[in-house]
Amino acid sequence: MDHKHDPEKWEPVFGEDHAQMLARRLLSGMMNYSDTSIVASTSTPFLSLENVRKTYPGVVALDGFSMEVRPGEVIGLVGENGAGKSTLMKILGGVTTPDSGTITVDGTAHKGLTVEGSLGSGIAFVHQELNLFDNLDVAANIFFGREPLRAGPFKLVDRAKLRTMVAPLLKRVGANFSADTQVATLSLAQQQMVEIAKALSIEARLVILDEPTSSLPLAETDKLLDVIKALKADGISVIFISHRLHEVERVADRVVVLRDGMLAGTLGKHDIGHDQMVKLMIGRMLKEREKASEAARAPGATALSAKAIRTPAYPGRPVDLDVRRGEILGLAGLVGSGRTELARVFFGIDSSLGGGLELDGKPLVLGSAADAVAHGIFLVPEDRKLTGILLDLSIAQNISLPNLPAHAKRSLVSASAETATAEKQKKALGIKAPSVQTRTGTLSGGNQQKVVLGKWLAMNPKVMILDEPTRGIDIGAKAEIYGLMRALADAGVAVLMISSDMEEVIGVSDRIAVMHEGQISGILDKDRFSQENVLLLAVGKQPK
Amino acid sequence: MSKKDLGLLILILVVGAIVAIINPRFLLPINLANTSNLIGLFGILSIGQAFVIITGGIELSVGSVVALLGTLFIDFIAVREVAWPLAFVLILVLGAIIGLVHGWLITRLKLQPFVVTLCGLLIYRGVARFYTADGTAGFAFGQNFPDLEFLTAGRSYGVPNSFIALIVISIVMWVVLHRSVFGRYLYAIGKNEEAAKYSGIRTGRVVMAAYVICGVLTALSAIYFAMYTRSISPASHGQFYELYAIAAAVLGGFSLRGGEGSLIGVILGTVLLQELQNLVNLLGIPSSLNFAVMGGVILIGVLVDQQWGVFRARRLMVDATRKSAAGAAAE
Repeated sequence: MDHKHDPEKWEPVFGEDHAQMLARRLLSGMMNYSDTSIVASTSTPFLSLENVRKTYPGVVALDGFSMEVRPGEVIGLVGENGAGKSTLMKILGGVTTPDSGTITVDGTAHKGLTVEGSLGSGIAFVHQELNLFDNLDVAANIFFGREPLRAGPFKLVDRAKLRTMVAPLLKRVGANFSADTQVATLSLAQQQMVEIAKALSIEARLVILDEPTSSLPLAETDKLLDVIKALKADGISVIFISHRLHEVERVADRVVVLRDGMLAGTLGKHDIGHDQMVKLMIGRMLKEREKASEAARAPGATALSAKAIRTPAYPGRPVDLDVRRGEILGLAGLVGSGRTELARVFFGIDSSLGGGLELDGKPLVLGSAADAVAHGIFLVPEDRKLTGILLDLSIAQNISLPNLPAHAKRSLVSASAETATAEKQKKALGIKAPSVQTRTGTLSGGNQQKVVLGKWLAMNPKVMILDEPTRGIDIGAKAEIYGLMRALADAGVAVLMISSDMEEVIGVSDRIAVMHEGQISGILDKDRFSQENVLLLAVGKQPK
Repeated sequence: MSKKDLGLLILILVVGAIVAIINPRFLLPINLANTSNLIGLFGILSIGQAFVIITGGIELSVGSVVALLGTLFIDFIAVREVAWPLAFVLILVLGAIIGLVHGWLITRLKLQPFVVTLCGLLIYRGVARFYTADGTAGFAFGQNFPDLEFLTAGRSYGVPNSFIALIVISIVMWVVLHRSVFGRYLYAIGKNEEAAKYSGIRTGRVVMAAYVICGVLTALSAIYFAMYTRSISPASHGQFYELYAIAAAVLGGFSLRGGEGSLIGVILGTVLLQELQNLVNLLGIPSSLNFAVMGGVILIGVLVDQQWGVFRARRLMVDATRKSAAGAAAE
């Protein structure tokens, strides 16, 4: 029987009763079990969850969820924000206990785990936000709190022994740095390696990576995926949580998809594909790809132009770049290649150390972000919570902030004018919130990003710069943001999008400029778009 | 009026009632007039401080500025015989310049507010003492300024004019802080200066303006204090006044991290502080314990406020859990 091509398996099913649904899920789980030929199907699972349910006040976070992880298996765990991934992680980490269901770890059944129990049975986490002391060196981080001590009353750390203990761990994760490197000087991917080495040091049998690649540049992502393969070869299981589906595709033996707290489906090795995952995640197919592949349009006049701009990050490297009206110019490159710094100069946050800017062919001098805003140059910054919005202010207050005098009579703020503007943006952007008076801190990442966009769309953008606009945002909201960017470009706005997400850069841009160590290493037109070309330029080589 | 302010008002009334019961002299017109005069003087000072604290800054030089500008004011009108309205304006301008310099050092040269104003505290005190050669500035015998004295130390219908001045200033500053574009900028900067900058606000100018407002209000209160004491020994005049102002703001619900607090709060904070001073005098508590009483009350106040917040958050959670449990049972 050929189950794996049975479309029923990942079709969302409505109108089933609970028992039926469970039976179907269990069945589909079993079928997949035999599909994964890579791993010996006879091996007993290291971890299995059965019928786990967890509710929070007002929400069912997980409902009748079951999954298994076998030794040496890499599980891709995907789902939109709010699908229940974090709840699942909290249960596995012992931070919270489920309302019902069983968790079997290494043959022992539990009602719930404790933090110590989880650690003790060899479950280790590498979180999106890394838990490293960046003022300490690698070795000190890996064995923090468990340092080997010298004999004697002073409990001095035995540094020599520490180093010999750390060396093999670093080798296993393929680290290209030594044990006494300061963590602060490491790249993000290297820091993740330290975290993984830390997990290995406690003899982890299951490593859970939560969005490890979301802030990694392209080249470093490959390194991380290699580390995952090395773990697998050592018989260590991995749960890989990611929004970047092509990476999941590359590395996972099996993909578990969560939707609305329930198991939406499991895909065996041969079924894993971008479209299937997306279909399971959102219960329908997305149109974003078709939209992105429209023919290249005729370029408009140059709106913003950089003439030999030198940023504080790379004072010796002048940058020339034109952003044209009506186009989305993708700005790709490795993290640290100077893209954000360039955006900061365009937005008047930093001043250029030389060269000049032109807007619509006229010289432009920016003394502050206020000057840029006055000229219609807007920035949606990389760090939403730190610089994009004020979490303590309401949606309405955030949206009116850059244009407050227009919402005031005799310099007294008019609440009704503010509300009117915000309501308009809320409706236009589909911001999901009880009202425009809601504190933005309580919104999801996608909705917060829409507030940032709304604050600029309420004014008249001429040049819109978006720095990693969809980072940490779920797939549905991503598509909406792409749609908005396209609509802006169609309305004649010059859009500059900085992104480390290869799919996004290629799928959304009309042209791609690639930065390498502070300089534009090349500009690709639509007919030369390919991952390979972008990557080659990003590392400073010429494209084919 | 927020719940926090209401709680503070109730505390003031309860403490007042207790003091009045133990010592009925609390309610004598003369006592009330004296206390409200002091509330007026310290209130003006505290409003200025509040504008700086809302941006996440702090102004420690207030007491020394009161000493320096008070000394200069008396010197101008008593010794140099400058017409008092001119001297009045001159002092306010000096206050504005001090604020401008502080704001400039903090926003342009990126020095920390604590450091800048701590240096100010030392410098202005030293200059004031040097100016009078460590002597006392005061009026000659028989020297009179009837209009000025009426405006600063006089009373209308039994109410001290300093208190009336505070009310007028409070209303104006309430509108500025809670209704104006500038006020919104102040809160935004206090909450997150970076995000405010990325929203196109000229944060440097706004913060500088806050220090200028603080400087002008401090200068105004310096004149009031000078006309109240009528003689100033610059070594001790106005000492610790910055701490009174900061205490009033903290009692009134301001966060020293910035972005939080209301004008009514800082006024009520001032009222409570002066009430406590009065209490120490009226209940026969040794005046040496004055500061200890004040410190104790502020500590308890801040603690209760914080614990109340924790309690409320917990109760909300419990309520929500109960509701969802009831909902599940109903299904």
